[in-house]
Amino acid sequence: MYLNILLGSVEQGLLYSIMVLGVYLTFRVLDYADLTVDGSFPLGAAVAAILIVSGHNPLFATLSAIAAGAVAGMITGALHTQFKIAPLLSGILSMIALYSVNLRVMGRANISLLRQNTVYTQLAGLGLSDSWVVIAVGVIAAVGMVAVLWWFLNTELGFAMRATGDNAQMIRSLGVNTNAMKIIGLSISNAMVAFSGALVTQYQSFADVGMGIGMIVVGLASVIIGEVLFGTTTIFRTLVAVAMGSVVYRLVIAIVLQLGLKPTDLKLFTALIVTIALASPIMKGKLQVALGRRKDGHNA
Amino acid sequence: MLKVKSVHKTFNIGSVNEKTALAGVDLQLKPGDFVTVIGGNGAGKSTLLNVIAGVFHVEAGTICLDGTILNNQAEHQRAGFMGRVFQDPLMGTAATMTIEENLAMALRRGQRRRLRRGLSSKEKHVFKEQLAQLGLGLEERLSSKVGLLSGGQRQALTLLMATITEPKLLLLDEHTAALDPKTAQKVLRLTDKIIDEHSLTTLMVTHNMKDALKHGNRIIMMHDGKIILDLKQEEKRQAKVEDLLQMFEQASGDEIANDRLLLAK
Repeated sequence: MYLNILLGSVEQGLLYSIMVLGVYLTFRVLDYADLTVDGSFPLGAAVAAILIVSGHNPLFATLSAIAAGAVAGMITGALHTQFKIAPLLSGILSMIALYSVNLRVMGRANISLLRQNTVYTQLAGLGLSDSWVVIAVGVIAAVGMVAVLWWFLNTELGFAMRATGDNAQMIRSLGVNTNAMKIIGLSISNAMVAFSGALVTQYQSFADVGMGIGMIVVGLASVIIGEVLFGTTTIFRTLVAVAMGSVVYRLVIAIVLQLGLKPTDLKLFTALIVTIALASPIMKGKLQVALGRRKDGHNA
Repeated sequence: MLKVKSVHKTFNIGSVNEKTALAGVDLQLKPGDFVTVIGGNGAGKSTLLNVIAGVFHVEAGTICLDGTILNNQAEHQRAGFMGRVFQDPLMGTAATMTIEENLAMALRRGQRRRLRRGLSSKEKHVFKEQLAQLGLGLEERLSSKVGLLSGGQRQALTLLMATITEPKLLLLDEHTAALDPKTAQKVLRLTDKIIDEHSLTTLMVTHNMKDALKHGNRIIMMHDGKIILDLKQEEKRQAKVEDLLQMFEQASGDEIANDRLLLAK
């Protein structure tokens, strides 16, 4: 039984790691907390699911999902750069709009993919068992995405994007259009998130309009867990760390569920992880001040 | 070269905070001119540099470089032929990226960023040589993150980044004001050396009158959004700080009541 839980966590962790890498690109590289993720993840699922049930090739369905995600990110980027809407609010607007869009795409609140052809069943034809097929797809996708991002972030365009998140004034003064960088970055990020949504929906055999709720927080939790556990000394290391963070997050969730946490409390639990991680530098400082004071008191 | 013609710039038009920053500025630079710009707080020095760089657009007047009118070009478009160093040493470099990565981005000033490698090993050799000329030991730290450098080192690096492609125009906005006096002098010496080597056309804003007189071949003084004094070559060479203060009082009709300007004596 424990092996099953372990395998399940690794499977999910790998499929969600694509989403986590997308969140890393906006949150860490562009310094942009992009809530579009909550809408683009189910968008990827919706597009893939509706195309699959209407008889299209699963691979084509997945590629279409990626394209839809890219458009969603582009719209968020345009809202922010062209109309000067704050980053957080542009993401919220896209996210809410996508809820309606996703319902329209699916035509109903959820779609079952049971007994449908998926990217996994296509590979299962090659003679792999179900679980290993998912892991194979997950590993290929995750490794591929880490490699592509690593390559991209070391190109001229990638340099300009990293500098945009670090110091927009500086890279503008070197002749880069920072608005274009943000739009491209958001577009790539949400394409990855939608890709992840398409893979997850085929894995769990259903798409649901509510499956994106809290996705950004899951993404942030995984990014932070990965960075803390596996380090950020180089870009390559950070990318691998962040992808592994996704797997560790799923393991943690599986463990706390085994320990008796109600599934309905999961989002509260995830929010707590992120809060603690984000608050820890300040809490550490306050703790040191408090401890220092007490020490001084003893000395006096 | 650079032609600034009756440029006007007002902030917060129509509100209670309306403030005229530039009230008809005319300025012509010859190739190789090194002009120092002085004036009190709010005189419009930084605004002048910023409208030339395209950070703000002007309400009236034209800005022209080598025959091209720049008025409608965005900041990042003009950046292709202008190098800039800011007052804040943190502003000119990306802290989370390495020294060589920062230089590689500067080397591509104004070029279209493509999916080519952002940094080649050939470039690293060039950077090493050029960093060695700064005399700060940075040539041994090519792959260190810029965030680990001191303010003076970062400003020297920014200066190198601003000039590595030999831009048509170099804009220095009080680039030594945030440094300690010793480091400031060092960065100024470097500035002189680099400008001299490439005979760069330069506008340098400073609060320090001594520096303004010591460097460059021309000095202009601004007050209330206008240029009230313009000394070239020989006139500048003979001027002293006291003369400048006196001329300022005459030209502006104001007593100098500006602490920073007086302190700079």
